[in-house]
Amino acid sequence: MSDISQTDERVREMSKLRQAMIRPELGGIVGTVAVFTFFILFAGNSGMFNAQGVMNWSTVSAQFMIIAVGACLLMIAGEFDLSVGSMIGFAGMMIAVFGVTLAWPMWLAILTTFAICIAFGALNGYIVVRTGLPSFIVTLATLFILRGFTIFIPQTLERKTIIGGIREAAEGDWIAPLFGGTIFRGFFQWLGDIGAIDVFTRGNKAGQPVVDGVPMLIVWAIGLVIIGHILLTRTRFGNWIYAAGGDAQAARYAGVPVNRVKIQMFMFTAFCATVFAVCQVMEFGSAGADRGLLKEFEAIIAVVIGGALLTGGYGSVIGAALGALIFGVVQQGLFFAGVESSLFRVFLGVILLLAVILNTYIRRLITGER
Amino acid sequence: MQPIIQMNDIQKHFGSVIALAGVTIDFYPGECHCLLGDNGAGKSTFIKTMSGVHKPTSGDILFEGQPMHFADPRDAIAAGIATVYQDLAMIPLMSVSRNFFMGNEPIRTKLGLRLFDHDHANQTTMNEMRKMGINLRGPDQAVGTLSGGERQTVAIARAVHFGAKVLILDEPTSALGVRQTANVLATVDKVRAQGISVVFITHNVRHAMAVGDRFTVLNRGKTYGTANKGEITPEELQDMMAGGEELATLEGSLGGTV
Repeated sequence: MSDISQTDERVREMSKLRQAMIRPELGGIVGTVAVFTFFILFAGNSGMFNAQGVMNWSTVSAQFMIIAVGACLLMIAGEFDLSVGSMIGFAGMMIAVFGVTLAWPMWLAILTTFAICIAFGALNGYIVVRTGLPSFIVTLATLFILRGFTIFIPQTLERKTIIGGIREAAEGDWIAPLFGGTIFRGFFQWLGDIGAIDVFTRGNKAGQPVVDGVPMLIVWAIGLVIIGHILLTRTRFGNWIYAAGGDAQAARYAGVPVNRVKIQMFMFTAFCATVFAVCQVMEFGSAGADRGLLKEFEAIIAVVIGGALLTGGYGSVIGAALGALIFGVVQQGLFFAGVESSLFRVFLGVILLLAVILNTYIRRLITGER
Repeated sequence: MQPIIQMNDIQKHFGSVIALAGVTIDFYPGECHCLLGDNGAGKSTFIKTMSGVHKPTSGDILFEGQPMHFADPRDAIAAGIATVYQDLAMIPLMSVSRNFFMGNEPIRTKLGLRLFDHDHANQTTMNEMRKMGINLRGPDQAVGTLSGGERQTVAIARAVHFGAKVLILDEPTSALGVRQTANVLATVDKVRAQGISVVFITHNVRHAMAVGDRFTVLNRGKTYGTANKGEITPEELQDMMAGGEELATLEGSLGGTV
């Protein structure tokens, strides 16, 4: 009983390498470096790394990032949301219905859509915490329900499944540019003027840079990643997210409002899906009933590549953002490298499998399980 | 000295099942009161009544002389009654420091944002762990790397740090090895010395004898009364837990090893 103040001689000091290994971002960092090295070597001259190319894969990565942040925090809180893809389609369609079919002002259409989608997120969460059912099943049901409505509503109102005219309806609106539009236009014009980036040489855009600014989509992605990262690692609520996913019952005994945390994370996931949807309809100018298909899985894959455990309680927003970056760079990079695009899916499957195996190993390192 | 908690004639019925049939026990500050009983004796129901999980069907709970009615466990925690559950005390994937402050996160306001004060949390955790005799590699070490006994100790230190006056330990040693058990019992001893009332639930007589000041045996929802240290032998306690003679015959055939 007297020797308890001594350290246990059987616990070896952890090496620096091992300590680095248990950081959730590790897989994402290694993957990012590997992917960039690969494409710089094999597609360096294909235009992938000039202004247009960078903007191309940045935009695709930013799309993944927006939904990955929501999926990441939710997964750390111990739940899944399979309805993200349907939510994207549904939100886009709601904006079109309110803004075009019903001709509401665009700001009202957007805010109403946010309210409806976040309410669906809350409903997902409420059903999960009330019934104790796996969120996998509950949100699978939501996936079909929302997709059904996304097809039914425009069919009934307009006799078609794609509603256009959104860009025209958003003309002069004060909220729409927060999701459409670009920023730093003056800076990019200047870059074009000094010859740092290419400018159009012909047509009515002659003299304008090929990239006219940073799309709001990318601004949203970076903003959400920063907010998500601070929320998770630097706040009381972040500690509750880890606790709710790590062991809900132990967290409850310690006074953590687990149910509230989970419901709020479902709402945040729905918010992210809606941001994605609004950016998308502003860019395309139309809403389609098939938008967002399979996005829920892409979000989950990005999060898992980023080092989060499927079982909850462990993960990183920065990791998820890197997962999304890898995703976007590879998807677009294969195109630049001239590789058959169907191989992207093969790559995705392989990297997902590797990430899950790596994460399981890391989990053993952390918990000391054998 | 005034008891910190008096449980008077507590009855608890679950439908037609009588889990507690009138239990009366007092708990004093600075003592370790062992609650013994075999499986199904009503130990768990009793401590859940004390910690606000169950409401008694009849009987009073006096806390520092005042009648108390706990609506839920948070009320009991706020009053200073902390419970450490055997396997649900800690979250393995989280760091010791994050676990220690779970539900009581320290806040520091910076640039108008209310942030988790990690510096304060880490420092406090290291200090408290050192006091309890656990040397951590660092405050960010995951709880999963600690042994079962160390986890119990962290949970006890946490409860004490956040002002527990009564510490209920639900079978803290039942899943532990010999050495880890010794560590937990040493921790109980330290906590008692700080004037905290420790309620130690166990079905292991030897563990109870090692730290207990008073012993109460529960059997089939009733108590056999409370004995002070030195007034009762381990054999007597063991027999009371098993309800008397059955164990005596068992003991004969097993050569007295139970």
